[in-house]
Amino acid sequence: MSPAKSTSATARSVTTAHSVVEPSSRSKRIAATLVIVYAVVTMIPLVWIFLTSIKSPPDSISYPPKILFTPSIEGYCNLFTTRTRQTPEYIASLPEPEGVCDAVTRERNMVIAGPSNFLPRFANSLIIAFGSTFLAVGLGTLAAYGFSRFKVPLADDLLFFILSTRMMPPIAVAIPIYLMYRQLGLSDTALGMMLLYTAVNVSLAVWLLKGFIDEIPREYEEAAMIDGYSRLQAFRKVVLPQATTGIAATAIFCLIFAWNEYAFASLLTSGSAQTAPPFIPTIIGEGGQDWPAVAAGTTIFLVPILVFTILLRKQLLRGITFGAVRK
Amino acid sequence: MAEIRVAHLRKAFGAFVAVQDSSFTVADGEFLALLGPSGCGKTTTLRMIAGLELPTGGTIRLGGEDVTYKRASERDIAFVFQLFALYPHMNVRRNIGFPLLAQGVPRAEIRKRVEETARLLQIDHILDRPVSGLAGGDRQRVALGRAIVRRPMCFLMDEPLGTLDAEFREVMVRELRELHNRIRATTVYVTHDQIEAMAMADKIAVMNHGIIEQFGTPQEIYDRPASMYVADFIGSPPMNFIRFTAGLPKGARAARIGAAEVEMPEIRADVAPGELALGVRPEHVRFAEASPLRGAIYGSEYLGTNQIVTVETEGGLVRARLPADHSYAIGEPVGLTFKSERLSLFEARSGRAIPSALHEGALDREVRHG
Repeated sequence: MSPAKSTSATARSVTTAHSVVEPSSRSKRIAATLVIVYAVVTMIPLVWIFLTSIKSPPDSISYPPKILFTPSIEGYCNLFTTRTRQTPEYIASLPEPEGVCDAVTRERNMVIAGPSNFLPRFANSLIIAFGSTFLAVGLGTLAAYGFSRFKVPLADDLLFFILSTRMMPPIAVAIPIYLMYRQLGLSDTALGMMLLYTAVNVSLAVWLLKGFIDEIPREYEEAAMIDGYSRLQAFRKVVLPQATTGIAATAIFCLIFAWNEYAFASLLTSGSAQTAPPFIPTIIGEGGQDWPAVAAGTTIFLVPILVFTILLRKQLLRGITFGAVRK
Repeated sequence: MAEIRVAHLRKAFGAFVAVQDSSFTVADGEFLALLGPSGCGKTTTLRMIAGLELPTGGTIRLGGEDVTYKRASERDIAFVFQLFALYPHMNVRRNIGFPLLAQGVPRAEIRKRVEETARLLQIDHILDRPVSGLAGGDRQRVALGRAIVRRPMCFLMDEPLGTLDAEFREVMVRELRELHNRIRATTVYVTHDQIEAMAMADKIAVMNHGIIEQFGTPQEIYDRPASMYVADFIGSPPMNFIRFTAGLPKGARAARIGAAEVEMPEIRADVAPGELALGVRPEHVRFAEASPLRGAIYGSEYLGTNQIVTVETEGGLVRARLPADHSYAIGEPVGLTFKSERLSLFEARSGRAIPSALHEGALDREVRHG
């Protein structure tokens, strides 16, 4: 029991003169350098996209690439609007421009014809990605709890079948799903996309969450049930709060998949339910090679995931069960 | 508060039988210890009383009501887990108040009762702390607080002191017993530690392989073990067994072991010729030069107030608890005598005790419990 453990602990704390546990400052420096190098390498494309989004179209395609340039809002203006080309005479006859975008557009001999499809497509992405994440994590949590706590007949086989849906690239089943969706009337609907992403994500969610829930000792629920709660109440009041870390991590994985998914989205959605990933590349066709608008779309597209991850960072890092159960 | 009546309780996990045909009654306000090695079925028995496992057969009555197949939440019981199972996302106050919340007790009343309980357990100064930083003993007290706050019919405890270090365990043994004396709640306490069981319990049930070997007061179990298993499990060092072959008529008061005639309590039944074992507690062994029962010193352990001297005899090793004022040389020949009125006699094959004057009728009752 503990005597042996505690003596080894004291022995270790006594020999702090040259600790083998604490990393040396040299290895700390090496680690820090590696982390910084890695961060810079992964950040460069993102920084480049952001810089492109605030360049003017001529600056964006100049060669050699411009590092120093005058920032322009044109990319964002083009992202949110559709424009028509007009003669300089007609533009001169118009009243004073309303707002910055109006002015920028007129300099290119164009006038704003109306809003672009970007906002509705972005909204589709939000609804479909968050909706499917919510469904996948919700279903996954319940299923994982069931697999973790009850004697499910053939549990191992079922878990294997659940995982087997991830054993091929989802696009391999694109044609059957396309045909099926046409029959069911789910093509180009937000519900259809949500169901599809939920189906893909739920297997990941079950597996990830089962691991997390297995780690939560059963005694907590048993204690709650003895304290007078039903199993469902015990699940809600005791298991869920302790599974927060796992649920947050799972939700982020599911959200990233659903948010970035391109293949199914471009195959199954074309109109009202189209998500941002298949929409953004189409911007380039409207009025020449409009790289700043594409970059602006991409920049905005990155924001929700960034915010979501930062919001859940605390849950991801917090080990809330630490020390509550002695092992 | 209520009586717990368990009848013919049985639990099988597939082919493995964890508990077989257990029957016992814990009287209102009594403290019962379920004592046995790990895997003997004591925790399974407790979990069935709690409603955390459903029995394969038998009945459980709490205060006269049949609760055998009721949910844990519908039985008015409290359970203290070995690992405490304090809810890590709540502070001490909310942990203790959690069972009251389930009963829909008003907020002000919860506050009052949580504070009363905390004062009783002397943890009122840590009420607003998170449970994760608490020391083992405080965690133990919070777990107890959560159990007693709603004044249940009975308490069930599953080795609640198992994770504490030895020094602190003694303190908690005393506290638990004092707490029991104060609130007089019917308690079932599972432990593998005979010292805890002896120190706290009114009654002890010694379990082995899913069977209750003996049910009785700590004195009965120590002085009149119903089987060799119980005699060996209780006591440190355990009871000595001196094996010999004989047949004894009812009313016999002595048996021939080797060259010696050993006196023992009067036998109450005829014993067919076969292998027998004489049970002697180490403290009932004395050295006497003149005794025909001979042996040689094998070794000794010095314990401060006394010493355990091991003697090699024809019937095997015999340990004696003797005053520490004399030291013996290894190999030194000695003669042994036993305190004759305290000896037990067992049938070696079945391990059961042979009824004798020692039991004064008590054994019959105990055997039926097993």
